[in-house]
Amino acid sequence: MVLNNIEELLVKYENGETTLNEEQQLKDYFSQDTVEPHLEMYKPMFAYFLVNQQEQFTKDVPLKTKKIEIYKWISVAAVAVLMIGFYFNRPVSQEDLGTYEDPEMAYNEVKKSLEMISTHLNKGASSINYLNEVDNTTSLIFKK
Amino acid sequence: MTQTEFLDIVMPFKDKVFRLAKRLLVSREEAEDATQEILMKLWNNKTKIQEYKNVEAFSMTMTKNFCLDKLKSKQAQNLKLVHSNYQDHKVSLQKQLELNDSLNWVSKIIEDLPEQQKMIIQLRDIEQYDFDEISKMLDMNNTAIRVSLSRARKTIREKLTNTHSYGIK
Repeated sequence: MVLNNIEELLVKYENGETTLNEEQQLKDYFSQDTVEPHLEMYKPMFAYFLVNQQEQFTKDVPLKTKKIEIYKWISVAAVAVLMIGFYFNRPVSQEDLGTYEDPEMAYNEVKKSLEMISTHLNKGASSINYLNEVDNTTSLIFKK
Repeated sequence: MTQTEFLDIVMPFKDKVFRLAKRLLVSREEAEDATQEILMKLWNNKTKIQEYKNVEAFSMTMTKNFCLDKLKSKQAQNLKLVHSNYQDHKVSLQKQLELNDSLNWVSKIIEDLPEQQKMIIQLRDIEQYDFDEISKMLDMNNTAIRVSLSRARKTIREKLTNTHSYGIK
Protein backbone atom coordinates (compact mmCIF):
# COMPACT_ATOMS: atom_id res chain seq x y z
CA MET A 1 0.00 0.00 0.00
CA VAL A 2 2.84 2.31 0.94
CA LEU A 3 4.62 1.25 -2.21
CA ASN A 4 1.61 2.05 -4.38
CA ASN A 5 1.47 5.43 -2.81
CA ILE A 6 5.15 6.05 -3.50
CA GLU A 7 4.81 4.97 -7.11
CA GLU A 8 1.88 7.29 -7.59
CA LEU A 9 3.83 10.10 -6.03
CA LEU A 10 6.77 9.38 -8.31
CA VAL A 11 4.59 9.74 -11.40
CA LYS A 12 3.23 13.00 -10.09
CA TYR A 13 6.74 14.04 -9.16
CA GLU A 14 8.03 13.53 -12.66
CA ASN A 15 5.21 15.62 -14.03
CA GLY A 16 6.12 18.40 -11.67
CA GLU A 17 2.78 18.17 -9.90
CA THR A 18 3.78 17.20 -6.39
CA THR A 19 3.46 19.58 -3.50
CA LEU A 20 6.41 20.32 -1.27
CA ASN A 21 4.84 18.07 1.32
CA GLU A 22 4.60 15.11 -1.03
CA GLU A 23 8.16 15.67 -2.15
CA GLN A 24 9.23 15.52 1.46
CA GLN A 25 7.47 12.15 1.75
CA LEU A 26 9.45 10.90 -1.23
CA LYS A 27 12.66 12.18 0.26
CA ASP A 28 11.88 10.46 3.52
CA TYR A 29 11.09 7.20 1.79
CA PHE A 30 14.26 7.20 -0.27
CA SER A 31 16.48 8.06 2.65
CA GLN A 32 15.67 4.67 4.16
CA ASP A 33 18.28 1.98 3.91
CA THR A 34 16.14 -0.39 1.88
CA VAL A 35 13.93 0.65 -0.98
CA GLU A 36 12.18 -1.52 -3.55
CA PRO A 37 14.75 -2.87 -6.04
CA HIS A 38 12.99 -1.42 -9.06
CA LEU A 39 13.04 2.04 -7.48
CA GLU A 40 16.71 1.84 -6.54
CA MET A 41 17.80 4.36 -9.17
CA TYR A 42 15.85 7.14 -7.49
CA LYS A 43 17.84 6.76 -4.33
CA PRO A 44 20.98 8.68 -5.31
CA MET A 45 18.86 11.48 -6.72
CA PHE A 46 17.04 12.17 -3.48
CA ALA A 47 20.16 11.53 -1.46
CA TYR A 48 21.93 14.12 -3.58
CA PHE A 49 19.21 16.67 -2.92
CA LEU A 50 19.47 16.12 0.82
CA VAL A 51 23.27 16.30 0.85
CA ASN A 52 23.29 19.47 -1.21
CA GLN A 53 20.89 21.12 1.14
CA GLN A 54 23.58 21.06 3.82
CA GLU A 55 26.26 22.93 1.96
CA GLN A 56 27.18 26.23 3.53
CA PHE A 57 28.86 29.44 2.59
CA THR A 58 31.85 29.76 4.88
CA LYS A 59 33.75 32.73 3.53
CA ASP A 60 33.15 35.92 5.44
CA VAL A 61 32.06 39.11 3.82
CA PRO A 62 34.01 42.30 4.35
CA LEU A 63 31.33 44.86 5.09
CA LYS A 64 32.83 48.27 4.71
CA THR A 65 30.94 51.22 6.02
CA LYS A 66 30.78 54.33 3.94
CA LYS A 67 31.93 56.64 6.76
CA ILE A 68 35.42 57.01 5.33
CA GLU A 69 34.06 58.52 2.18
CA ILE A 70 32.03 61.05 4.15
CA TYR A 71 35.17 62.19 5.98
CA LYS A 72 36.91 62.62 2.65
CA TRP A 73 34.18 64.95 1.44
CA ILE A 74 34.15 66.85 4.71
CA SER A 75 37.85 67.64 4.31
CA VAL A 76 37.31 68.77 0.74
CA ALA A 77 34.54 71.08 1.90
CA ALA A 78 36.72 72.45 4.71
CA VAL A 79 39.50 73.33 2.27
CA ALA A 80 37.03 75.03 -0.02
CA VAL A 81 35.62 77.09 2.86
CA LEU A 82 39.13 78.14 3.87
CA MET A 83 40.05 79.25 0.37
CA ILE A 84 36.87 81.25 -0.03
CA GLY A 85 37.53 82.82 3.37
CA PHE A 86 41.00 83.95 2.33
CA TYR A 87 39.74 85.27 -0.96
CA PHE A 88 37.07 87.52 0.53
CA ASN A 89 39.16 88.68 3.49
CA ARG A 90 41.74 90.55 1.41
CA PRO A 91 42.16 94.10 2.78
CA VAL A 92 40.21 96.22 0.37
CA SER A 93 41.11 99.97 0.28
CA GLN A 94 38.54 101.36 -2.00
CA GLU A 95 37.57 104.40 0.03
CA ASP A 96 35.90 107.19 -1.87
CA LEU A 97 38.46 110.00 -2.21
CA GLY A 98 36.05 112.51 -3.75
CA THR A 99 36.40 114.34 -7.04
CA TYR A 100 36.40 117.87 -8.43
CA GLU A 101 33.51 119.20 -10.43
CA ASP A 102 35.22 122.25 -11.91
CA PRO A 103 38.00 121.47 -14.45
CA GLU A 104 39.79 124.73 -13.61
CA MET A 105 39.95 123.81 -9.98
CA ALA A 106 41.06 120.30 -10.79
CA TYR A 107 43.83 121.71 -13.00
CA ASN A 108 45.00 123.97 -10.19
CA GLU A 109 44.96 121.21 -7.67
CA VAL A 110 46.97 118.92 -9.98
CA LYS A 111 49.45 121.72 -10.65
CA LYS A 112 49.75 122.32 -6.94
CA SER A 113 50.47 118.74 -6.11
CA LEU A 114 52.86 118.34 -9.04
CA GLU A 115 54.72 121.45 -7.88
CA MET A 116 54.87 120.04 -4.43
CA ILE A 117 56.34 116.83 -5.81
CA SER A 118 58.90 118.74 -7.88
CA THR A 119 60.05 120.97 -5.00
CA HIS A 120 60.46 117.95 -2.83
CA LEU A 121 62.35 116.24 -5.59
CA ASN A 122 64.63 119.26 -6.04
CA LYS A 123 65.17 119.39 -2.33
CA GLY A 124 66.23 115.79 -2.41
CA ALA A 125 68.40 116.33 -5.43
CA SER A 126 70.11 119.41 -3.93
CA SER A 127 71.02 117.37 -0.90
CA ILE A 128 73.19 115.18 -3.10
CA ASN A 129 74.78 118.19 -4.85
CA TYR A 130 77.92 117.75 -2.84
CA LEU A 131 78.63 114.68 -4.92
CA ASN A 132 79.67 117.14 -7.65
CA GLU A 133 82.66 117.83 -5.43
CA VAL A 134 83.93 114.38 -6.32
CA ASP A 135 83.93 115.38 -9.97
CA ASN A 136 85.69 118.64 -9.22
CA THR A 137 88.39 116.92 -7.18
CA THR A 138 89.03 114.20 -9.71
CA SER A 139 89.30 116.80 -12.48
CA LEU A 140 91.87 118.60 -10.34
CA ILE A 141 93.89 115.39 -9.99
CA PHE A 142 93.66 114.18 -13.55
CA LYS A 143 94.32 117.47 -15.24
CA LYS A 144 93.80 117.45 -18.83
CA MET B 1 20.86 50.08 9.12
CA THR B 2 23.61 48.67 11.25
CA GLN B 3 25.80 45.73 10.38
CA THR B 4 24.02 43.39 12.76
CA GLU B 5 20.59 44.28 11.42
CA PHE B 6 21.85 43.62 7.93
CA LEU B 7 23.36 40.30 8.92
CA ASP B 8 20.08 39.29 10.57
CA ILE B 9 18.32 39.75 7.26
CA VAL B 10 20.98 38.19 5.10
CA MET B 11 22.23 35.26 7.18
CA PRO B 12 19.18 33.01 6.73
CA PHE B 13 19.53 32.86 2.96
CA LYS B 14 23.20 33.42 2.27
CA ASP B 15 23.74 29.67 1.96
CA LYS B 16 20.95 29.45 -0.57
CA VAL B 17 22.55 32.19 -2.62
CA PHE B 18 25.82 30.32 -2.46
CA ARG B 19 24.29 27.01 -3.48
CA LEU B 20 22.48 28.53 -6.43
CA ALA B 21 25.69 30.25 -7.52
CA LYS B 22 27.54 26.97 -7.20
CA ARG B 23 24.89 25.14 -9.18
CA LEU B 24 25.36 27.55 -12.04
CA LEU B 25 29.08 28.28 -11.85
CA VAL B 26 30.08 24.75 -10.76
CA SER B 27 33.35 25.82 -9.17
CA ARG B 28 33.28 26.43 -5.44
CA GLU B 29 35.69 29.35 -5.61
CA GLU B 30 33.69 31.08 -8.31
CA ALA B 31 30.52 30.56 -6.32
CA GLU B 32 32.13 31.99 -3.19
CA ASP B 33 33.26 35.06 -5.07
CA ALA B 34 29.83 35.49 -6.59
CA THR B 35 28.14 35.20 -3.21
CA GLN B 36 30.51 37.72 -1.73
CA GLU B 37 29.85 40.09 -4.58
CA ILE B 38 26.10 39.78 -4.15
CA LEU B 39 26.22 40.33 -0.40
CA MET B 40 28.40 43.38 -0.96
CA LYS B 41 25.91 44.73 -3.45
CA LEU B 42 23.10 44.21 -0.96
CA TRP B 43 25.14 45.92 1.73
CA ASN B 44 25.87 48.91 -0.48
CA ASN B 45 22.18 49.27 -1.22
CA LYS B 46 21.14 48.62 2.35
CA THR B 47 19.05 51.76 2.51
CA LYS B 48 16.80 50.38 -0.20
CA ILE B 49 16.54 46.91 1.31
CA GLN B 50 13.71 47.83 3.62
CA GLU B 51 11.58 48.85 0.67
CA TYR B 52 11.73 45.39 -0.86
CA LYS B 53 8.94 43.09 0.17
CA ASN B 54 10.92 39.92 -0.23
CA VAL B 55 14.65 40.42 0.15
CA GLU B 56 15.30 36.72 -0.23
CA ALA B 57 13.55 36.39 -3.58
CA PHE B 58 15.20 39.60 -4.71
CA SER B 59 18.63 38.27 -3.79
CA MET B 60 18.01 34.99 -5.56
CA THR B 61 17.06 36.87 -8.72
CA MET B 62 20.19 38.94 -8.35
CA THR B 63 22.24 35.78 -7.98
CA LYS B 64 20.66 34.26 -11.04
CA ASN B 65 21.35 37.31 -13.18
CA PHE B 66 24.84 37.73 -11.83
CA CYS B 67 25.81 34.13 -12.50
CA LEU B 68 24.28 34.05 -15.95
CA ASP B 69 26.17 37.23 -16.82
CA LYS B 70 29.30 35.66 -15.52
CA LEU B 71 28.75 32.54 -17.60
CA LYS B 72 28.06 34.62 -20.65
CA SER B 73 31.26 36.60 -20.26
CA LYS B 74 33.18 33.37 -19.72
CA GLN B 75 31.80 31.95 -22.90
CA ALA B 76 32.63 35.12 -24.78
CA GLN B 77 36.19 34.93 -23.56
CA ASN B 78 36.25 31.28 -24.46
CA LEU B 79 37.49 30.40 -21.01
CA LYS B 80 36.69 27.12 -19.41
CA LEU B 81 35.53 27.05 -15.83
CA VAL B 82 38.00 24.99 -13.92
CA HIS B 83 36.91 23.60 -10.65
CA SER B 84 38.76 21.64 -8.06
CA ASN B 85 36.25 20.56 -5.47
CA TYR B 86 38.10 17.46 -4.59
CA GLN B 87 37.33 17.30 -0.93
CA ASP B 88 35.79 14.17 0.44
CA HIS B 89 33.66 14.53 3.52
CA LYS B 90 32.87 10.88 3.99
CA VAL B 91 34.73 8.07 5.66
CA SER B 92 35.75 5.63 3.00
CA LEU B 93 33.50 2.74 3.80
CA GLN B 94 32.61 0.63 0.83
CA LYS B 95 28.95 1.48 1.04
CA GLN B 96 29.55 5.18 1.41
CA LEU B 97 32.00 5.18 -1.46
CA GLU B 98 29.36 3.63 -3.63
CA LEU B 99 26.82 6.14 -2.50
CA ASN B 100 29.27 8.97 -3.07
CA ASP B 101 29.92 7.65 -6.50
CA SER B 102 26.28 7.66 -7.40
CA LEU B 103 25.92 11.14 -5.90
CA ASN B 104 28.67 12.26 -8.22
CA TRP B 105 26.67 10.79 -11.05
CA VAL B 106 23.67 12.85 -10.09
CA SER B 107 25.78 15.95 -9.84
CA LYS B 108 27.23 15.31 -13.30
CA ILE B 109 23.81 14.74 -14.76
CA ILE B 110 22.53 17.99 -13.29
CA GLU B 111 25.61 19.78 -14.59
CA ASP B 112 24.67 18.73 -18.09
CA LEU B 113 21.17 20.16 -17.86
CA PRO B 114 20.41 23.51 -19.45
CA GLU B 115 20.86 26.46 -17.10
CA GLN B 116 17.19 27.09 -16.60
CA GLN B 117 16.47 23.50 -15.60
CA LYS B 118 19.48 23.54 -13.30
CA MET B 119 18.12 26.57 -11.51
CA ILE B 120 14.66 25.14 -11.20
CA ILE B 121 15.92 21.82 -9.83
CA GLN B 122 18.11 23.74 -7.40
CA LEU B 123 15.34 26.01 -6.20
CA ARG B 124 12.65 23.36 -6.04
CA ASP B 125 14.24 20.07 -5.11
CA ILE B 126 17.11 21.34 -3.05
CA GLU B 127 15.94 24.61 -1.56
CA GLN B 128 12.26 23.61 -1.53
CA TYR B 129 10.76 26.89 -2.58
CA ASP B 130 7.17 26.82 -3.69
CA PHE B 131 6.22 27.57 -7.27
CA ASP B 132 5.07 31.11 -6.59
CA GLU B 133 8.41 32.04 -5.12
CA ILE B 134 10.32 30.41 -7.95
CA SER B 135 8.21 32.23 -10.51
CA LYS B 136 9.06 35.50 -8.81
CA MET B 137 12.76 34.68 -8.67
CA LEU B 138 13.11 33.50 -12.23
CA ASP B 139 10.46 35.74 -13.74
CA MET B 140 8.63 32.79 -15.34
CA ASN B 141 5.05 31.63 -15.06
CA ASN B 142 4.09 28.59 -13.03
CA THR B 143 3.26 26.31 -15.97
CA ALA B 144 6.58 26.99 -17.65
CA ILE B 145 8.33 26.15 -14.40
CA ARG B 146 6.38 22.91 -14.03
CA VAL B 147 7.17 21.86 -17.58
CA SER B 148 10.83 22.65 -17.16
CA LEU B 149 10.97 20.90 -13.81
CA SER B 150 9.25 17.81 -15.16
CA ARG B 151 11.70 17.66 -18.07
CA ALA B 152 14.66 18.00 -15.76
CA ARG B 153 13.41 15.33 -13.39
CA LYS B 154 12.71 12.94 -16.23
CA THR B 155 16.17 13.48 -17.70
CA ILE B 156 17.80 12.81 -14.37
CA ARG B 157 15.74 9.67 -13.85
CA GLU B 158 16.44 8.35 -17.34
CA LYS B 159 20.15 8.91 -17.09
CA LEU B 160 20.22 7.38 -13.64
CA THR B 161 18.30 4.33 -14.84
CA ASN B 162 20.85 3.92 -17.61
CA THR B 163 23.83 4.07 -15.31
CA HIS B 164 22.02 1.89 -12.82
CA SER B 165 21.30 -0.89 -15.28
CA TYR B 166 24.52 -0.70 -17.31
CA GLY B 167 26.89 0.15 -14.56
CA ILE B 168 29.49 2.76 -15.29
CA LYS B 169 29.36 3.98 -18.85
